[in-house]
Amino acid sequence: MRLSEMKEGQSATVVRVGGNGILRRRILEMGILKGAEVYVEKYAPLKDPLELIVKGYHVTLRVEEAAQIIVDNVK
Amino acid sequence: MSHKTLTIALAGNPNSGKTTIFNNITGTRQKVGNWPGVTVEKKVGTVNKFGYELKIIDLPGTYSLTPFSIEEIIARNYVLDEKPDVVIDIIDASNLERSLYLATQLREIDCNVLFALNMADLARTRGMKIDGQKLSELLDVPVVFTVGNKNEGIDALLKQTVELAESEVKRPKRRNVKYSKDIEESIIRLKQFIDEKTDGDLPYNTRWTAIKLIEDDKIVKDRVVQKTGDVAQQILQVAQTLRKHLTDRFDDDPQIVMTDERYGFIAGIIKEVQTASTKQRIDISRNIDLVLTNRFIGFPIFIFFIWAMFQLTFTLGDYPVQWIDIGVGRLSASFDRILPDNLFKDLLVNGIIAGVGSVIVFLPNILILFFCIALFEDTGYLARSAFLMDKIMHLIGLHGKSFIPMLMGFGCNVPAIMAARTLESEKDRILTILITPFMSCSAKLPVYIILAGAFFGAKAGTVIFAMYVAGIVVSIITGRLFRSTLLKGADAPFVMELPPYRVPMLKSLLIHMWDRSKIFLKRMSKVILIGSIVVWALSAFPRNVQFSKDYSAETYNVITYYEAEKKSAAEPERIELDKKQQAAVDELLRAKQAEKTEKSVIGRIGKIVAPLFEPIGIDWRGGVSLLTGFVAKEIVISTLGVLHAVQIDDESEALKNAFLAAGMTKISALAMMVFVLLYLPCLATTAAIRRETGSYRWMFLSIGYSTAIAWIMAFFVYQGGRLLGYN
Repeated sequence: MRLSEMKEGQSATVVRVGGNGILRRRILEMGILKGAEVYVEKYAPLKDPLELIVKGYHVTLRVEEAAQIIVDNVK
Repeated sequence: MSHKTLTIALAGNPNSGKTTIFNNITGTRQKVGNWPGVTVEKKVGTVNKFGYELKIIDLPGTYSLTPFSIEEIIARNYVLDEKPDVVIDIIDASNLERSLYLATQLREIDCNVLFALNMADLARTRGMKIDGQKLSELLDVPVVFTVGNKNEGIDALLKQTVELAESEVKRPKRRNVKYSKDIEESIIRLKQFIDEKTDGDLPYNTRWTAIKLIEDDKIVKDRVVQKTGDVAQQILQVAQTLRKHLTDRFDDDPQIVMTDERYGFIAGIIKEVQTASTKQRIDISRNIDLVLTNRFIGFPIFIFFIWAMFQLTFTLGDYPVQWIDIGVGRLSASFDRILPDNLFKDLLVNGIIAGVGSVIVFLPNILILFFCIALFEDTGYLARSAFLMDKIMHLIGLHGKSFIPMLMGFGCNVPAIMAARTLESEKDRILTILITPFMSCSAKLPVYIILAGAFFGAKAGTVIFAMYVAGIVVSIITGRLFRSTLLKGADAPFVMELPPYRVPMLKSLLIHMWDRSKIFLKRMSKVILIGSIVVWALSAFPRNVQFSKDYSAETYNVITYYEAEKKSAAEPERIELDKKQQAAVDELLRAKQAEKTEKSVIGRIGKIVAPLFEPIGIDWRGGVSLLTGFVAKEIVISTLGVLHAVQIDDESEALKNAFLAAGMTKISALAMMVFVLLYLPCLATTAAIRRETGSYRWMFLSIGYSTAIAWIMAFFVYQGGRLLGYN
């Protein structure tokens, strides 16, 4: 499942991060990498971007960026 | 007694409290400038401590040292090239895991590094305990606990820093990230190869160089070529072979695998030094966000904050603006009285004081605006506003943070363009700066009011509103156009931290506000001074105008005529005659002024360029006023008044009649308004664009593009209107 398909309040484990060079590396550097737990805190009022909690801090991504992240174990 | 100087660089993630610590150490003894060639703020401060002069450099806040963003390149180059005595890495203790990513990269560079575990109190309240001793042992780096906003631990930090700088013994081989077997082997092979071939020619740690080459770091590759010459190709060749081997082995780019492994290494450390990590933050910050980024009330609250900021900046700020305006007026009036009539006085009063005065009056607006923006930034709300607005702004190819600068453009473009500093990506910043001038600023409003009032009567309000909308539409089109041409390329990733809300420190806010305002004052005034003198000279020369009639003689005749009339008139009529006499004299004076301006250099230029304005329905008088409008847009109206030889007051009935007499029509008035809306930004804004984009290229592009668009749009309005039969 893609991270962008998750609903508010769900958590999951990152399986794979795709995307082009800079974006992909930036996402990884922010700690969103394979095995990391992510929690979807909320979507912005206009449904884009979305707010995640990962490694104990809050980060926001655009939906198109979140679509590059494959997750598993969605709860 | 001369002190020994130590150079100390502060590194750290954004929002780690780095700036607070910097402010606490250096206080007001700091210099703010830009890093060479770019518009990223560089802050340097000096302080005398323990018999040393400590020179503190605040590096840009970064999450990593990969050469993707300008901030990261600056920070890394500084550490590599300037070799500071100590690098203090400020680590947000409540965000240890992510912060250690930068920390491990600093360790790899092999600089003298020291960790400041900041905001440990906050971490503790969130149920986190960090074993500093253990962390220090594991990474072999001194660790000091600090609480920046309470000024705790700063002395201990500086003491440790000095000790670290002075420790004679070369520290034992420090513990570094250990990569998996295949990568480690490649690093060692490449390192040995570099060691053999370069024989110490390379001024960087060779293990680090090897790592970067395996990561295919372009900047490091260039540097290796630069420093080692002939053998560089061999080194790059070996690196390439190893990269290929690793890519095959892992089925992924080595740099991605290495990022992964660094985090793996960090996870190991975290396990040992941090206890009871909380997964989610059940804290005040999250509750605040339940309201401020709420699906339903998030936007209304945001709009309220923006409205409040606007009101504070332009309504509250208007009082001091008027005081300054009055002050400038008095200053120029007193010089006018004291000095004899000559060229110097004219230059001082009408050139320098008028020009510089027109910019200084913006100072209160700018101070208040920057205070508000600092407040948004320091509390963490600015990141939320980007979160709310990003979807809309992204449609124009911009970042959520572009919204505030663009909005401020409705007030004044100068602070608006400076507010674009909050954007991290240079492309986003330049694009924002280029489209902000299309937001119709408050100085253009008087021009619309006079023109729309004169020609559109009851519909004036609608016409003015349409101007504002037209400005927004042009900015959107421009944004999309530039995004797909000049500023092409993938958008910078939006990935942005939403830091916890913090109570701002007044000291920080004031320092922030003053630093930015100072830049405005210093840089702007120079350009403005030169610009106003040039425009003054154009309208003041030639000094000896050949007037078409002898105004002094006519004035004398008028006075003699009325004096004679008054002698034979009765008391009530005499008052009436007095008024008539004054009016007649004023009219002659204005006619003389109009003729003088007409025959000045700028008037002649206006007549020469008049054919350019003809297709858009603007006569030479309009053309000249538009030229003088370059100094400040409100001047357009006063120049029009001078050239039409009428008095401008609130009624502006006289000006309207003059317009009609000069053959202006509804449609040409509309074309002129469109032109004023879009044509080149004023002098102060132009200077701001030059300053904030760091290049004349963008400044000239902005001038050329906006003027071209203005002409084309005005042409369509005027010619189109005429075709449709409006006159």
